[in-house]
Amino acid sequence: MLEKALKGGRTYWTWVAALLAVIGIGIACYIYQFFVGLGITGMSRDVSWGFYIAQFTFLVGVAASGVMVVLPFYLHDYKAFGKITILGEFLAIPAVLMCMLFIFVDMGQPLRVLNVLLHPTFNSVMFYDMCVLAGYLVLNILVGWTSLGAERKGIAPPKWVRPFVILSIVWAPSIHTVTAFLYAGLPGRHFWLSAIMAARFLSSAFAAGPALLIILALIVRRYSTFDPGKEAIQTLGKIVTYFMLTSCFFLGLEFFTAFYSGIPGHMQSFIYLYKGLEGHHQLVPLMWFSTILAVVAIGILVFPFLRRNEMILAFAAACVFISLWIDKGFGLIVGGFVPNPFEGITEYWPTTPEFLIAAGVWAIGFLVLTILYKIAISVKEESGGEAIH
Amino acid sequence: MSINRREFFKIAGFAAALGLGGATVAAAVKKEVESSGPYLLDPKGLKAKRWAMAVDMAKFQSDADIQKCIDACHQTHNVPEVDPANPAQEIKWLWTETYEHAFPGNEDEFIAPHYKHLPFLVLCNHCENPPCVRVCPTKATFKRESDGIVMMDMHRCIGCRFCMAACPYGARSFNFRDPRPFIKKELNREFPTRTKGVVEKCTFCYERLAKGVMPACVEVSNGALAFGDIDDPGSDVRKVLDNNFTIRRKPELGTHPSVYYVIGGKEHA
Repeated sequence: MLEKALKGGRTYWTWVAALLAVIGIGIACYIYQFFVGLGITGMSRDVSWGFYIAQFTFLVGVAASGVMVVLPFYLHDYKAFGKITILGEFLAIPAVLMCMLFIFVDMGQPLRVLNVLLHPTFNSVMFYDMCVLAGYLVLNILVGWTSLGAERKGIAPPKWVRPFVILSIVWAPSIHTVTAFLYAGLPGRHFWLSAIMAARFLSSAFAAGPALLIILALIVRRYSTFDPGKEAIQTLGKIVTYFMLTSCFFLGLEFFTAFYSGIPGHMQSFIYLYKGLEGHHQLVPLMWFSTILAVVAIGILVFPFLRRNEMILAFAAACVFISLWIDKGFGLIVGGFVPNPFEGITEYWPTTPEFLIAAGVWAIGFLVLTILYKIAISVKEESGGEAIH
Repeated sequence: MSINRREFFKIAGFAAALGLGGATVAAAVKKEVESSGPYLLDPKGLKAKRWAMAVDMAKFQSDADIQKCIDACHQTHNVPEVDPANPAQEIKWLWTETYEHAFPGNEDEFIAPHYKHLPFLVLCNHCENPPCVRVCPTKATFKRESDGIVMMDMHRCIGCRFCMAACPYGARSFNFRDPRPFIKKELNREFPTRTKGVVEKCTFCYERLAKGVMPACVEVSNGALAFGDIDDPGSDVRKVLDNNFTIRRKPELGTHPSVYYVIGGKEHA
């Protein structure tokens, strides 16, 4: 089926070329980082994880959110999602790939990466994170590719696929739970030491992922003859609405516990992020921008008559995605390191090469996404689009 | 590419010489290794069930006394100096913090001014229950079962910095760049320098203990740093703990630090 990615119009090839250019710049910057070290980033002794790990964290959520279309279709026979399950599965693949690349570019000694396998350490959450991410990648490739292959031939997918589908549904929440455990089990990092961390991760993921899927579905409809369907997009809109509300509610719970208890350690990171701490307030505008986007998005999404207009829905989805990207793909990670264990403050901002490396990884993700979607859509344009199961 | 007969013999001859040379070297190394006998621990090496340290701030006469300990540590372990271009990426094993920063959560507005501005020496706490060891995905940092020292294997560390996020004491530093150009003082050839991309920290001078000498900082501290086996009631560190009121950093986290601080006590009344 890969050959379908090689046939495309002018727009398609321009897009691919643009992505390749960004990837090229990213690789050049990575080579610089490889030889000089992570010193070229904005990270420091105090803020020892930055943009890379934050992107990884956010993208695990995007990967996990594929389950939001797979589950209703396979477990509840929700037919409207039949057309877009493949879009969910094929979104998960580049998302996991980007996660792995972000971990890789964050490593001080990337050539020693296989030490994680050579010396498996069962008390390290990172070991489990690697296992669940790799497993999820394999499951999505297996299920997505097999189902699409069957659809191309106009037959139902082979029976052996179904257990893997069920497994992938159970597996999806696990990848984001384990990712949350990377943070939620660290003593002395008050901002992360919260039992609700995994729940927050999952709810924000199930809002941001489907929000991206809405935008992707609308792009697909515009640039191809395949229509993902009005009903599917509307249902995604409802999913985004409920999970965005849940996500904001969970954040509110964190605020309550921190500020009603009044324990300084629990309040400090929040104060740093939203108000500024001891004269340091670099992230304040960004966090408020995220908050405003969240309010605007919810203000639109909770009214069905607004949500039903696809252009307004797309706008709200973009607000949700950007808002959560700032919150989780930046603030949540950096905020955990401020203040440091001595209650001192070191601020963090990514450097230009660091940002370009991250952009390169995103471009690799979008390139894989483009290729996979191109294949899926070409098959769907021929078959009429309905998956059978 | 084609080569003629002459070139072929030249290359073949060169390769053969190289091979023979290599074999000779290998044989010599083998002979050397065999003749040196099995690797044995130094009989003079110091042993303990669990090493611990007590920092008696009152015994430091001046800031210079404290700096002497820091310099001894950093000199012994080839710790690079701060890169003026990237001060936030510094590497340090032993340094000072004021009371409110060393013991956050215990700070008090009306603490006696003397204690408020005292430069407390801070270092890796060699926790009995170390979070850094718990999170390390490769066992590059591990607790030595024999004596409780939290060790670092710089050759195994992948530089993921999970340990830095996990350490509640900010004891760990990362080599954001190649540290060697920043080692300005004379190099200590007894201790390895590090490469870029690995994490490092105080290791209670395990390499000195193995040779029967006290940690570098303890040696130059004039008794302000008491070091010994906390399981041995007769040890220096136990004598300090038995006769003074001591505190540890963030004991509420359950990490059980092995570094104690004397604040006040008999000699300070």
